[in-house]
Amino acid sequence: MQPETQPNADAPAPEEQRREFLKKALSVAIGGATMVAPAAAGLAVYLDPLRRKAPPGKFVRVTTIEALPADGVPKKFPIISSREDAWNKTPATPIGAVYLRRTKEGALQAHNVACPHAGCFVDYKPEKNGYHCPCHNSTFELDGTIADENSPSPRGLDELKIEVRNQKEVWVHFQNFYAGHAEKTPVA
Amino acid sequence: MKRLLDWFDQRTGYRKVTHEALHEPIPGGARWRYVWGSTLTFCFVVQVITGFALWMAYSPGSQTAWESVYYIQHQMTGGWLLRGIHSFTAQAMNILLVLHLMQVMIDGAYKAPREVNFWVGLILLQLVLALSLTGYLLPWDQKGYWATKVATNLLGIVPFIGADLQKLVVGGPDYGHHTLTRFFALHAGVLPAAMVALIVGHVWLFRRHGITTKKPHKKRDSHFWPDQVLMDTVACLAVTAAVLFLCVRHKIFGTAGPLGAELGAPADPSEPFSAARPEWYFLFLFQFLKYFPGSMEIWGAIIIPGIVMFVMFLLPKLGETQRGHRFNLALLCGLILGSGWLTWQAMKQDGADPGYRLAVVEADRDAHRAAELARSPDGIPISGAASLLRADPLTQGPKLFAKNCASCHRFDGHDGTGRPSVDPQTASDLKGFASREWLAGLLDPARVDSPHYFGATKFKEGKMVKWVKKNVTAYTPDQKAQLQKVIMAVSAEAGLRSQNSADRRDAAAIKEGAALLRGDIGCTECHAFQKPDEDATAPLLTGYGSRDWLIRFISHPAHPDFYPGTRDDKKGMPAFGVSQILDAQSIGLISDWLRGQWYEPSPRATK
Repeated sequence: MQPETQPNADAPAPEEQRREFLKKALSVAIGGATMVAPAAAGLAVYLDPLRRKAPPGKFVRVTTIEALPADGVPKKFPIISSREDAWNKTPATPIGAVYLRRTKEGALQAHNVACPHAGCFVDYKPEKNGYHCPCHNSTFELDGTIADENSPSPRGLDELKIEVRNQKEVWVHFQNFYAGHAEKTPVA
Repeated sequence: MKRLLDWFDQRTGYRKVTHEALHEPIPGGARWRYVWGSTLTFCFVVQVITGFALWMAYSPGSQTAWESVYYIQHQMTGGWLLRGIHSFTAQAMNILLVLHLMQVMIDGAYKAPREVNFWVGLILLQLVLALSLTGYLLPWDQKGYWATKVATNLLGIVPFIGADLQKLVVGGPDYGHHTLTRFFALHAGVLPAAMVALIVGHVWLFRRHGITTKKPHKKRDSHFWPDQVLMDTVACLAVTAAVLFLCVRHKIFGTAGPLGAELGAPADPSEPFSAARPEWYFLFLFQFLKYFPGSMEIWGAIIIPGIVMFVMFLLPKLGETQRGHRFNLALLCGLILGSGWLTWQAMKQDGADPGYRLAVVEADRDAHRAAELARSPDGIPISGAASLLRADPLTQGPKLFAKNCASCHRFDGHDGTGRPSVDPQTASDLKGFASREWLAGLLDPARVDSPHYFGATKFKEGKMVKWVKKNVTAYTPDQKAQLQKVIMAVSAEAGLRSQNSADRRDAAAIKEGAALLRGDIGCTECHAFQKPDEDATAPLLTGYGSRDWLIRFISHPAHPDFYPGTRDDKKGMPAFGVSQILDAQSIGLISDWLRGQWYEPSPRATK
């Protein structure tokens, strides 16, 4: 761009300057207007995922009490439920997994397998009597609390609600939670 | 010809353009240290060419991504080579980027008036990393799926907008079709388009300011064409050779591994993947995160990397003085050494972790098995390849056994997956259950009360053990031969695939054995065999070890056909079916696995 020159004898008359300005302004405005519709439509679709909500947590039948050892050792179960993936609906498909255990006192406890640090699938380590995340080494006690304060997970494993139905069926309220935060917030 | 070119030049002016492009002066002559920029451009072109070809065969979608990549890798002519070149060239670009950056920094080519070009270069570097990250997911295998889950979860910790940001990148609240379509649009459209624009700008700015030469000049001045171009092509050839070598290295050395790039097992959110790691050039970031306790994660994941990148943008300003330049070089050196150290730490820790090594072995095995099942006559169903592994006895059997059976039983001394079982053994070892060898051990007085059979159970001093100890010990050689036939007869009931030919060959002996079983050897005094026996007190031998027998046994061991009336809730075997501990499919998978009944490619198909 050339710096603005001082008005001199060659400069167009004010009337002509105005017309020039009007032409430029109109070109920019019309040119810009032609882009509005495609840009807006594109942006709307691009932002559409923001409108999509995660399904609310739901109770899923996981197993029976008899399948859980009485000594507090957790067992891993897939969560089989219906799943919506954009245009597909699948009635019964794995949507996640839980560790389920029966404490020595007989209480049931369920944890989402996803590490609250970054979402990896945590392993149960019998020799450590707890959980260990294979990615960044977060460690958890059997009851899901953080085992090592210096390990990377900001909170303990996410505990899930349990209901026992028909005396022995274990139903777990399956839900995912945002990783990386100290507070446990359901994915929405 | 000359006249034709003259005509073309008159219409287009191409000579002036090519002259402009090629006759760039290089004071001090062409040098090897100037080749890196050209090798990067070359790699980008390779990626575009191979990328377009891959695009023609790739289908983003939860049920088609892995499947189409499998098809490219294992079915299409040259597919493995195409994927291999694309994958290894991407990896080579990351190394070449570092070399290019080092050369630019050491030679001072980032300083005024070339700041803008340095910044363009930094953005290009990030675009290459973004292309790597997006490309890693596209095969939708376990490796890419879990690595991407980590990467996108890290986005979620950005304050305020994290959750929305994550949703935009992932294409919704969960991973699926739209994660793939979005990553693919970025990988094949948006990012490469931005790369082209910035590469053009990068080269244009480079030419505008001219090359920053390394002094002192040792040779006389020359031009880009042909002196430097020759060196550049040689360097590109070296890159190509390295890439091709990496594609076929397993073949050359005879080691286990794929031709070209790896393809893991199909992504499955319910299937743990303890071998989850990012690509090797992101390992330093991965390792870095391990040092930050929970509340500090944002420092390791976002703030510190952000500050480093910001400082990189300031380098031209810092480098205006000689001291500043030295500081910059020290900083760059520190960053490279630091990243190298972190990478090495990550690899060292993994190498020393038996759990991780086993996870890698299992990941390779699942990957291999998934491809094998995909090649089977049934092929991949429309619901996708993840269901193949879920319904495969060879894959699921060991896991189900470890989870449900190994707290009492063993399989070849371990828990089915090769790990030792933590619980004490209180039931038999089921490797080769109902086979001739297994039954021979059961009927061997020296072994029948070993932990392998009844030794660890409440039947340790039961009727069967007593019978074997008392009678078999006293057998004459003739009777031993008879017992051998009985073993054949009982084992034939299982109809094991591994004994198919032996059963056919020994049909006469089996018939004899069946008669002895009812007669001289006297099994039917306790067991029922081939006809109903109200007074039987021991497990049914009709169909012993067959699929149906095993499923019924696992479902309901206290059934009158097996161990009626002996069940003790605390110690006895759970009724896995009747108590709804396992569904019918799982019991079927365990039975098939114990019986060695799974799909195996015919020897001809594997060639």
